Amino acid sequence: MTATEARAAGRKPAQIVDMSWDPITRIIGNLGIYTKIDFANQEVVDCRSTSSLFRGYSVFMKGKDPRDAGFITSRICGICGDNHTTCSNYAQQMAYGVKPPPLAEHITNLGEAAEYMFDHTIFQDNLVFVDFCEAMVKATNPGVLARAERTQAPRGDVHGYRTVADIMRAFNPFEGEVYKQALKVSRVTREMFCLMEGRHVHPSTLYPGGVGTMPTPSLFTDYLSRLLHVVDFVKKAVAMNDDVFDFFYEALPGYEQVGLRRTLLACWGAWQNPDVVDYRYDTMNTWGKAMYVTPGIIVDGRLRTNNLVDINLGLRILLGSSYYEDWTAEEPFVTHDPLGNPVDIRHPWNQTTLPHPQKRDFDGNYSWVMSPRWYDQESGDHLALDTGGGPLARLWSTALSNIVDTPYIKTTGHSVRITLPKGESLPETTLEWHIPKWSNTIERDRARPYFIAYAAAMAFQFLEEATSLVRAGNTQVFTNFEVPDEAIGCGFHEAVRGVLSHHLVIRDKKIANYHPYPPTPWNASPRDHYGTPGPYEDAVQGQPIFEENGPDDFKGVDIMRTVRSFDPCLPCGVHMYLGNGKTLTTTHTPTYGSQS
Amino acid sequence: MTIDSGTSRVSQEPEAARERPGFDEISILWISEGMSCDGDTVSMTASDQPSIEDVVLGLIPGLPKVNLYNKVLSPSLGGEDYLVPFRAAARGDLGPFILVIEGSVPNQNIIEGDGYWTSFGNDQETGEPLTLNWWIDQLAPRAWAVVAVGTCATYGGIHAMAGNPTGSMGLADYLGWDFRSQGALPIVNVPGCPIQPENFMETLTWVLYHAAGSAPPPPLDHMLRPQWLFGRTVHEGCDRAAYYEQGDFSRDYNSPKCQVKIGCWGPVVNCNVPKRGWMAGIGGCPNVGGICIGCTMPGFPDAFMPFMDEPTGGSLSSVLIRPYGAFIRRMRGITSMAVNKEPRWRHNRDELTSGYDPHWRAGRESGVR
Repeated sequence: MTATEARAAGRKPAQIVDMSWDPITRIIGNLGIYTKIDFANQEVVDCRSTSSLFRGYSVFMKGKDPRDAGFITSRICGICGDNHTTCSNYAQQMAYGVKPPPLAEHITNLGEAAEYMFDHTIFQDNLVFVDFCEAMVKATNPGVLARAERTQAPRGDVHGYRTVADIMRAFNPFEGEVYKQALKVSRVTREMFCLMEGRHVHPSTLYPGGVGTMPTPSLFTDYLSRLLHVVDFVKKAVAMNDDVFDFFYEALPGYEQVGLRRTLLACWGAWQNPDVVDYRYDTMNTWGKAMYVTPGIIVDGRLRTNNLVDINLGLRILLGSSYYEDWTAEEPFVTHDPLGNPVDIRHPWNQTTLPHPQKRDFDGNYSWVMSPRWYDQESGDHLALDTGGGPLARLWSTALSNIVDTPYIKTTGHSVRITLPKGESLPETTLEWHIPKWSNTIERDRARPYFIAYAAAMAFQFLEEATSLVRAGNTQVFTNFEVPDEAIGCGFHEAVRGVLSHHLVIRDKKIANYHPYPPTPWNASPRDHYGTPGPYEDAVQGQPIFEENGPDDFKGVDIMRTVRSFDPCLPCGVHMYLGNGKTLTTTHTPTYGSQS
Repeated sequence: MTIDSGTSRVSQEPEAARERPGFDEISILWISEGMSCDGDTVSMTASDQPSIEDVVLGLIPGLPKVNLYNKVLSPSLGGEDYLVPFRAAARGDLGPFILVIEGSVPNQNIIEGDGYWTSFGNDQETGEPLTLNWWIDQLAPRAWAVVAVGTCATYGGIHAMAGNPTGSMGLADYLGWDFRSQGALPIVNVPGCPIQPENFMETLTWVLYHAAGSAPPPPLDHMLRPQWLFGRTVHEGCDRAAYYEQGDFSRDYNSPKCQVKIGCWGPVVNCNVPKRGWMAGIGGCPNVGGICIGCTMPGFPDAFMPFMDEPTGGSLSSVLIRPYGAFIRRMRGITSMAVNKEPRWRHNRDELTSGYDPHWRAGRESGVR
């Protein structure tokens, strides 16, 4: 059981209303969230998450040239496709036994840093923050807005807004000052990205074995000058977010319960260190720990492992509520890893995708998403890990591992210190992200601007290292390779939204099996065959409702904030029966839980 | 395939603007629930020439007021609230609207029973998912204009690759290539994987000027692409084409030279990215070391795979150009040495040797002291 415990307090007779949102807006892809809400006790008692899109990458990639994988898998996602290309190239480099030149690694790292900066900025300021903007808060919690008007913003000296309500106004869609500025910053950061990876979001210059980007001095000058122009925007974003989120805890006591679940966080690591990485499986633990975001699985606040080999071997793809036939009777592709460890039939290396479109049934199969889980040998549980939207798990894992120590990023074991240089209006600034008390909606959202700062800080380091190589005349960016007849490979990377793995099997120089696992299948997964709900479901179930509207004009903003805090990225949606919610049941059961 | 061969019976030559009634207000119903990655929506937000907020905030003189309904940018919380204009349009109760489809159209006919490949909202009577195909059937006949954004929606794209399980196709394959909207327009195809941001916003702006009554329909080629954007090839706008002409090719990806022998399909692909850059003139494909994989083309991706191998035909043309290129390169080398020298009269000696001769001054032989 990895479901989060339901709260039991002095309860009124339940008044349960069915409410659903389909499609959900301000996310990437198709998501539907179907809930049962107990308005008598102001609580969500049940939640199902469904994704209504199937394209079948692992089906149509079979038999294709493995070198095409990075180009094809980019198209999985229109906001983080480059993460797939990068991850695919990592997997291919393992399969081909090739290590790119160090400069190629820095160029890829710089591209990915710009991707984090772009994606988190547009998502936080133009998608997530609409749920916290003045117009939304006015419609859902007028009492909270009135209080925000009277509350001084503690960090006004950094961001320039006097009250918390002034900050909220700056995020009103298409009109607010910060909303509009964020769109422009999302363009500048994409220009930075295009300098390194050619085009956004599907890169043109990334190859297995390196990059095609021409490493001229001008390339790095053009990137650096843009980075300098956004560095103060990043400092202000952190200050504004902290002010608004601190205010929410203060204005709505108990808000930490919104989106709260057990701390079950996963991070697969980001940004390779070219001095250490050789892409061999048998040294993966070593080079995995040398990444500039440390991989890790955190269970109830404790680091369970940061060894990529352990992480890899624990992967399990479960069914239970998904539109697929089981494949466990099929022939496995990989019985043992290169170190001789047995590989499970439910591991992505051995998966066969057998789509079976069918009628949606919330008591049976209801989603095109499968249920990735991590098998924890310690407890015997198949853990429904989440990524906290990406940044929360990355910061948490890096802080706990306490390995990363660079001029710009320092870990302490309980926090991460991020130093950004002087910008146009603000001095050199060190921001410190502390491991929070909760894995909840607010902390997922709070971590995002901190990670933008992290990415900007690392970009300065990669620029310095790349520039010194170029000045020394070391301008190789590509290493040649041969595609072997038979090989396997795996790539681990942090997509913007969190864990990303690509598992590749080559036979007769062709793709025999290919399974990418982006973060959203973890976060948006439905109940598995053990009945364990996926993270969205688990986080929404049991969460209190703080919205001031009753069932007739209920907007569900607290639920939407929770879903969006994970930064969903799949075709999905949510529809609501506004004002005519079907009353399902009125019950006197003291605890109406999700004991599935 | 250049602009010379790019016209056919369905394309329209530009015509002079003439007075005709236009709309003061128009809605854009954008459905990205095709076989899509939402990359075209995301890409559209990268454009600053013009930007989506310029259009939505009415900054462009002469455009109708635009109501944008796009899932990613919608201020709505979602669900029924978001679906209001889509439902109204399906009933025929919405004013003029432009239907934008993102993602390929899957084949629902191959599913037995009640399954679906992709859906957008639910049927209000039954609670069952409504397929993308249902929405297209309802909305396309009522739309003033229909725009397919991205190579998936235009021609099928990656998700219509050989071996795909969904039977996906482009919008014109689904509606018919001779489809005409309420505004008498063919489907407007803006291919690209994803769309080049400015290409899309420029096309959309043209369609909006047309909606306002101040511009003719956009000129499209036989594959329904805007002619001024897709009328030339990648190669015709690539700054590495000179290396090609000199028979000087990259052997791997470490080189600034022409990539035609290591996977670039630029010579036969209709796209303007090397010429225009990816955004704000920055980035691109073969111009910055990224082989062209033909992502704007109807034959994408299958006709271009394996991407990193030399295209068929690349070897013949590069063999033919080699002797010419080698000779020309040598001749240019000689010329280059000459033009890398400054002329003799640029010096700091005590005489002027530029040829200036003030012969009308008496008593001076030459030079100025």
